[in-house]
Parts: sequence; C-alpha cells; structure tokens
Amino acid sequence: MKTVFELSSPGRMGVSLPELDVPAAPDLPAGLSRGSEGKTGLPEATEGQVLRHYVNLSTMNHHVDKGMYPLGSCTMKYNPKLHENLARIRGLSGIHPLVPPALAAGSLELMYRLGEFLCEITGFEGVSLQPAAGAQGEFCGLMLIKSYHESRGEPNRNEILMPDSAHGTNPATATLADCIVVGVESNEFGLVDPDDLRRKVGPNTAAFMLTNPNTLGLFESRIEELTSIVHEAGGLNYMDGANMNALLGIAKPGEMGFDVCHLNLHKTFSTPHGGGGPGSGPVACIEELAAFLPDPAVILEDDGGYKLCRKQNSFGRLLAFHANTGVLYKAYAYIRTLGAAGLREVSEIALINANYLKAKLGDYFDNPFDNGPCMHEFVLSGDRQAEQGVKTLDIAKRLLDYGFHAPTVYFPLIVHEALMIEPTETESLEDLDSFIEAMISIAEEAEEKPYLVTDAPVNTPVLRLDEVKAVKDLCIVEPVRSVGQAPGEGENL
Amino acid sequence: MSNIPEGLRYTETHEWIKDLGNGEYMMGLTFYAQEQMGEIVMVEFPGIQDFTSGDILGTLEAVKTAEDFYAPFNCKVARVNDGLEDEPALINESSYEKGWLIVVKTDDPSGFAGLKSAEEYSEFIGE
Amino acid sequence: MSRFVPNGPAQREKMLRAIGAAKFEDLLEPVPEKFRLKEKLQLPEPLSEFELTCEFEEFARKNTGADLVCFMGAGAYDHFIPAAADHILLRSEFYTAYTPYQAEVSQGTLQAIFEYQTMIARLTGMDMANASMYDGASAAAEACLMAMRITRKQKILVAGSLNPGWLEVIRTYLKRDDFEISEIPYLDDGTLDLAIASELIKDGAAAAILVQYPNYFGLIEDLQPVADLIHEHKGLFIVAADPVALPLLRSPGDAGADIVAGEGQSMGIPMSYGGPYIGFMAARMKLARKMPGRIIGRTTDRAGQTGYVLTLQTREQHIRRNKATSNICSNQALMALANVIYLSLMGEKGFREISSQCYHKSHYLEKKLLEIPGVSRIFGNTPFFREFAISFPVSSIELRDRMIEHGFLAGIPVVELGEGAMLVTVTEKRTRDEIDRYIGAAAQVCRGGSA
Repeated sequence: MKTVFELSSPGRMGVSLPELDVPAAPDLPAGLSRGSEGKTGLPEATEGQVLRHYVNLSTMNHHVDKGMYPLGSCTMKYNPKLHENLARIRGLSGIHPLVPPALAAGSLELMYRLGEFLCEITGFEGVSLQPAAGAQGEFCGLMLIKSYHESRGEPNRNEILMPDSAHGTNPATATLADCIVVGVESNEFGLVDPDDLRRKVGPNTAAFMLTNPNTLGLFESRIEELTSIVHEAGGLNYMDGANMNALLGIAKPGEMGFDVCHLNLHKTFSTPHGGGGPGSGPVACIEELAAFLPDPAVILEDDGGYKLCRKQNSFGRLLAFHANTGVLYKAYAYIRTLGAAGLREVSEIALINANYLKAKLGDYFDNPFDNGPCMHEFVLSGDRQAEQGVKTLDIAKRLLDYGFHAPTVYFPLIVHEALMIEPTETESLEDLDSFIEAMISIAEEAEEKPYLVTDAPVNTPVLRLDEVKAVKDLCIVEPVRSVGQAPGEGENL
Repeated sequence: MSNIPEGLRYTETHEWIKDLGNGEYMMGLTFYAQEQMGEIVMVEFPGIQDFTSGDILGTLEAVKTAEDFYAPFNCKVARVNDGLEDEPALINESSYEKGWLIVVKTDDPSGFAGLKSAEEYSEFIGE
Repeated sequence: MSRFVPNGPAQREKMLRAIGAAKFEDLLEPVPEKFRLKEKLQLPEPLSEFELTCEFEEFARKNTGADLVCFMGAGAYDHFIPAAADHILLRSEFYTAYTPYQAEVSQGTLQAIFEYQTMIARLTGMDMANASMYDGASAAAEACLMAMRITRKQKILVAGSLNPGWLEVIRTYLKRDDFEISEIPYLDDGTLDLAIASELIKDGAAAAILVQYPNYFGLIEDLQPVADLIHEHKGLFIVAADPVALPLLRSPGDAGADIVAGEGQSMGIPMSYGGPYIGFMAARMKLARKMPGRIIGRTTDRAGQTGYVLTLQTREQHIRRNKATSNICSNQALMALANVIYLSLMGEKGFREISSQCYHKSHYLEKKLLEIPGVSRIFGNTPFFREFAISFPVSSIELRDRMIEHGFLAGIPVVELGEGAMLVTVTEKRTRDEIDRYIGAAAQVCRGGSA
C-alpha cells in the first residue's frame, strides 16, 4: 500500500484550528530557528484521506476481535470494550500528572485499590504500579533485590540464576541491572533441576529468576525446594509473572517462597496489547523489599485521603510520571468486573482449554514434555514435520492461511522447532475445535502435500517477506522525494 | 554430512584455524556453523589488539541469530577480512576460503596444537 | 460464568472427558497441595457493566483537577487532539493485536510504525528512529546507555536544566559503580554553562552530553557549540527534544545531534494522569545497529510486493539475551499510532501552526504577567517556547493553591529558583479569554499576597 506521505499534496489539511487570538511575539533569533522555509516533511492530506489510509492499513492486521490468537506466553485474551470507554472518561484521561494529589483523588483511590488487589492476588505486601511493561517490572524487581543486598552489606551479590528456558528479557534485564547471568539446567521433565540449582547458588547469588508456570507451561512442582535452596544461600526469589493467567485464585507466588514478582496487566488482566504496547508491569514484593520500591507510591492517609510519597529507601524512578495510568484503569475495571470467583474461573478455563488442545493435538505433533497436565499453555515440537521438510516456521505461516494467528515459535530454546500454544479462557470450544482441525489438516498437508505448507501463507495481504533483504538493504524511513518523482529516486533527509 | 577439511584445527565454538606459518593463524567459521546460522548479514570485527584465550573477538549476525567468535588462544589480531564488510555472505558461500574472518599472531604454538582435529570436530557436532 | 468466558458447565465436562480428567482439580496435580488456595481471594464482589461505569464516573468526579484550566507542563501537556484520531485508535484491528511477529498478518501495524519512524526522523532531522520507548525519560536514559556502549566510555554529562524527573530516571538506569553522571550547571540566563562544560569534558572520559531542547525552563539552547565541544572530545551529542517545538526550531540533527530522545505525549495522547505516553528515539544511520527497541524495515514478499517486517532483530533481547542493546520488549506501539495519526492530520502546516500558537500565546501571557507589580523574569531575555519560569511576589505554592479557587492550574512551583518561582505553560488550547482571566486572577492573588 502507498504510504501516508504519498497522499500528500501542498495545501491539504486534516484539521481546522482557531486563528491566533493574541498579538504575535517577535520571531525567534535566526540561529535558533528552523526558518520560514524549514519543512518538517509531514504529509499534507485531508481528514478523510488520513482516515481511509489508516482504516485500510488496519484491515491488514490479524487481531483478537477477528480470530484466535494462540500466541504462547502472550495471553491474547478478549479485551472488554467497556474498559476503553472508562479509560477515556474526561475526568480520568484529561488530568495532568502533577496536580496536587487532592485534585486527583479519584485516580489515586483507583490506583491504591488496584495495588491492594494485586497484593491479594499475588500474596505480597508491597506494590509499585510504576513499571511500564514486563521488562521494566523485571528491572524494578532486580533493583529492589540489589538494594536489599546492599542494605545488608552484601553488594557483591550480583549473580542472577535463571533456567535455560527463560524469556529473553530475563537475561537482558540482568545485564541492565549490572548483574551476571548464571544458567540453571532443566531436567528431562522440563523443570528446573534442583541439583543443578544447588550447584549454582553461592555467596554471590543475588536472586533466582523463574517463570512459574515455566515457559513450557509446566508448574514447577518442586518450587518449595527451589526457593528454599536460594534462600538458604542468602539469595532472593523473583517470579516472572508472565504466566500468571494460570494461577488466579489457584495459588499465590508469595506463598511459594518468591520474594518479588511482576505482573503483566496487558496479559493476565485483559488490557489490550495495542500492537506491541503500551503494557504495564506492576511489581509486588515482600515487606522487607517494600522500602526500596520506586518513587512514587500511593498512600492512604488517616483522614481517608490519598497521597503520593517516596518510599524511605526508594531506588529511584523508572518513568517521568507515575505509571501507564490509562492501562491501570482498565486492569482495575477487569478485576472489579470479575471478582474472586470470576478470576478463579479465568484460570480454570485457561487450564481446561490448554489441556484440551494438548490432548487433541498429541497424536499429530511431538510433545517432548508431556508428563501430565499442563497449565495455561503447552509447547509442541515440529520435529516430526521437519523430517518431511516442513519447519515450524512453515506451520506457523500455514496457520495464517487458515485464519488463525500462529503460536509463539522457536521458543523456549530448549525445544526443537517449538510451537508454544496458549488459547486463553476466552476461546469457545467451537473455536478451539476449529483450531484443532486446522492443525491436524496442516499436519496432514505436511505429509502429503508439503509444498502447501512451505509456500504458505497465500491468503494473507502479503506473501512471505524477505527478512534477509530487510537487513541487507536497510530501509527504515521513507526517503524524501518531491512530487512526481518515482519511488527510490529521493534522498534521505 | 558437513564439509570438515582435514589439516585444519577446530574449536567447540565452531571456528576453524589454519596454520599459515611464521606464527600466523587464519580463522573462520565452519561450514556446519554457517549452515546453522543461515545467511550472514553482518560481521563486527575486533580492533588490531591483544586477546586472551576465550575473549570475544567479534560478532556474526544472521537475521534471527547473532553469534560471537572467540580467541582460540592468547593472540594478537594481525588483519581482518575487509571484504566481508560489503559481502558477509561470503562466509556462507565459501566458509573455508573467501569467507575467512581474521588472521591472528602468536609466539606460542601450543594453543593451536591443543585444538580439535577434523575427526574430533566431526564427532563433536555429532556426525 | 462471566461474560468473557464462553465455556460453561456443558463444554467443560466434554473437554475434561477428552483430556481424561474426572474433574478440574485433576489438572492441578502438578501444583503441590499445600500451595493450592483453599479460600477465595479477598476481593470486592463483582460489579455489572452499569455499576462499574457509575463507579468510574465517581472516580472521575473526584479528579477535580480535570475541570481546571491547565497551565501546567514540565513534561506533560494539554494539547488539542482531533476527534478523528481516537476513531483509529479504537479500531480493534490495531488495539487488540500483539507485537507484529507474524508480518504477513500485521502489515497494518508495521506500515503505520514505519511511517511513525519516518515522521520522527524528519521532525528531529535525524536519519532514522525506532518504534518507540516507554516515555521520554526512559528514552533519554536508554540514549545515555547507547552512547556509553558506542563510545565505550562510562561518564555522561547532563545539562543541569534537564527535567529533574528525567534526571532521576537516568540515575536509576545508570545506577552502577563504574558509571558516572555529572551535571553541567546553567548560567544566569538559564542556558548551559559552556565554560564549565569545557572543563568537565577535558579528560576525554565523557560518552555524551545530554541537553534538553527546549530545556526544563522552556528555554531554547543554542545546540551547535555544545555539539562541537563534545565531538571534539570524541563523545556523542544527545538531545532530549520536545517535538512540538521542532517545527519552529533548528532541528537537532542540523545542529549536530547524534541521538535524539524525547516525549511524544504532546502529539495526540491525553495526559491521563501520567501515562501511557511514548518515548521516541532517533539517531544517525551509522548508529542504528546500536539502538535499543524495535525497528521496522521495508522489504518485499515472494511476489515482489512491498511489505514491512521487524528488522535488525539481533539487537534485541529475544535473540541476544544478556548481550541485547536493551531489555525492552513491549513498547508503546499504540501510542506511536496515536502520534502518526495526529501528525498526519496536522500535517506540515497544521503542526507548524500548533507550534507557533504555543510560542505566541506563552509570550503573550509572560508579557502581561510582567505588568503585574512584583512579577519578574528569572532568566532575562533568553528565548523560550510554550513554557517559562517566572517569579511572583508571593509564594508560588500559595499562588498555585489560590489560583485553584479561580479555576486554574496555574503552573508548577519551582522553589529551587526562589520562593515565588513558577513554571507556567501555555499551549494552543488556551484561549485569549482564559489567558486574560489567568492574568486577572494572578494579579488579584499577588495584590492580596503583598498587602
């Protein structure tokens, strides 16, 4: 499709603005000014043209409201429409973050209560709503842990243990927090090997970072043993809460020996993913870590008012302002809509849906870690199909032809040709059955007509894209060209 | 079956090393490793400086993977294959010839002698 | 059964049979008995759609600050948002999609972000931009880390006139024993003290100088001499730019910036009590491979049609893990979409007009305030944009509180500049009538205060 820049023609406008109603001030000094001819290169198009352009672009997306999105570890559940309206109520969306707290009492009350809900759900005492996403939540968690060790005179503790199945943000966060990653092996059941953990902990252990259920969708059954090993070595336990959709009202991280965890409101608590963000990654923790939480925290005062305050030993700030507040509004709405029974139902159905898919697909795809029930997701291997020359990438692309989004592929790294499938609780049995049919049909195609799979997708707005070319002939901004010039003739600004 | 020429030495991180004489050793990425990575799109070279065995010398990037390459023994970088900057895919097309990565120097031949033979490397990668 | 869960008792039973489980609890077998919750979570009873709406309306009513006329800024601004923008943001196709991992069914998001990257690059005068960061402050912090990676130096010089909240975020991201942050003070006119900067930079240890443009006090720095200074000492020049000012100002790229980071909230995103906002990050092309965050690139498909994909992914955490350029994964993609729609609607002329009205209206207010006895400038004649620091003859905290009674959020007290110092912002949304009433109210408070 043409770009928005190609719709441009001098003189077109997409907005109407009032005339300047005050006397003009003297111009800026020439040296500081872009100049009267200094163009910004923005397009000139009408409101209708702009709308048509982005509406047309939108139709090229797969999305949750169109069809199933079984992207493992991403919890692509339905996003309630009401929540979009609520977050847009003017009193909530139109308020400046630096107003005196008494003038933002509604937002603060909501934030305070959301914090309490999240503590109850996770079994912790302290909470910060500030982190903008899961990865920033991880950073927040490691900063709490480092602050804790430093406060105890153990600044040397800089090793973060994590299993080889960890999400990429875990090691990347450890590096950002100036720590060293120490890998812990998984055993033949896809669970952390306690013996290896025992070997790896030591006087430099800062923390053990674990996703539970893990990235294979398996609950770490020996969790108590694992967290104890770390505690005995003087380290703390961090839970990556990416998979919390499996545990709502079923179990609490705070009771399993974890000291801190983050939650992904954009996964578990139904706030939309927005094509990659914004998310929100609140962090909950034990009392001993709460004093280090980032600035600011919402406090309930004796007179019933709310205020923002800095924790005594806060490690600092993560964002210029309080949080991705608009996302918090939606997560609060979700918890209030469902209540305790509704949240428990979310996890129960998420588990049933995942186990149902696992049972139905077991005959057609390899499942290297099928030792009993999975939690909210599971990981298949495309090894059997790979022998026919059909790779997991091909299976993923073929699913697009059938109208489904693909599962997460090639992750976790400990499974060959991995296909990580998470249906979520908002898929109906009928839709799950359609997905099963599609998967079985692709497995059959892989054997009988593999070219159908390796040529896929064919029913999508574009065919398979050349990623090598995208890197080699790097084009990451639209070149500037004058009207009438053919594409490619222009030069970069 | 991978292409693993006799007469070269190999590392567990999939570099091949060739003795050029005069204390100079050429190194590159094995055929097996380039096949695993897919088309190489970028090479980041080290500066001309000293390295200790195991240090990261540079990085190779494909579209979905990036792998470091390491100093096989204590050495100094003598020269790098400038041609790869414009045509990194030479590593795929000619992994043992035109796609060489760097030449290092050392006075101590024992490091080289301790590396894997073709047969040992073949066994290491399971072939 | 909630309205979000379609599988009721009939379906559940059928599915459990297929799984080979007698009851749901059988699926919890891997969860040790002692960790299975016996009690229901202690949460309030659920609310219906209608009841929840009422509760939210009540929250909104308690946010009385939203009804006041806003002259506050300091990183979040009350700008006009065209109605058409939200119609796009509310399309399920955009907001219920995930990160565009499967490019063939994500061309909408991918192309929109490619267009966003282009607009950011053009506004800042840079070669390229990434697909977004969390907010301006974290983008500035990541820019510092990026400069340190590129130069292999461990010291950052930050202009003392940087937004203090941003500085705190930078300090958090750079909190390591081997990293150093030094502040360069500002002169009496509020601009960077180049003489001290020259001293601080002499040891050649600085990876970068970071200057905000306009700075925290709304003042417009002359960037070129700073660029020349840091380049002379083999460091990079980071500019934290306000995009709304850029149609009027010399672009950071033109003035020698190597990396430009900033906050995009002003471009079509509501203030929403602090977020979600969006950080942008632009750079010279040769630095693209060192950049954090996602980047969208153009390519072709098997049939030769143009299409877009995530590119240069080896920089990112899912591939490079502990050696990635950043840990960022989720970004602020929908906010990037808000920016690109806003900028498309505004266009070349509209955005310049917005910028220009902010400039003229803020100058009008400043000029009129100076006519009030006892009100004075803090930084002399230094050119400013949209925001200015001014000294009142009363305590600025008292002024702020008294102005609330008149219906105004008068500004942000900056007591470190003096008891009466206030940072006042005027966007294009403020009408002459509002500005005149503000002046009247401020004059009244000042008279009362000095009486």
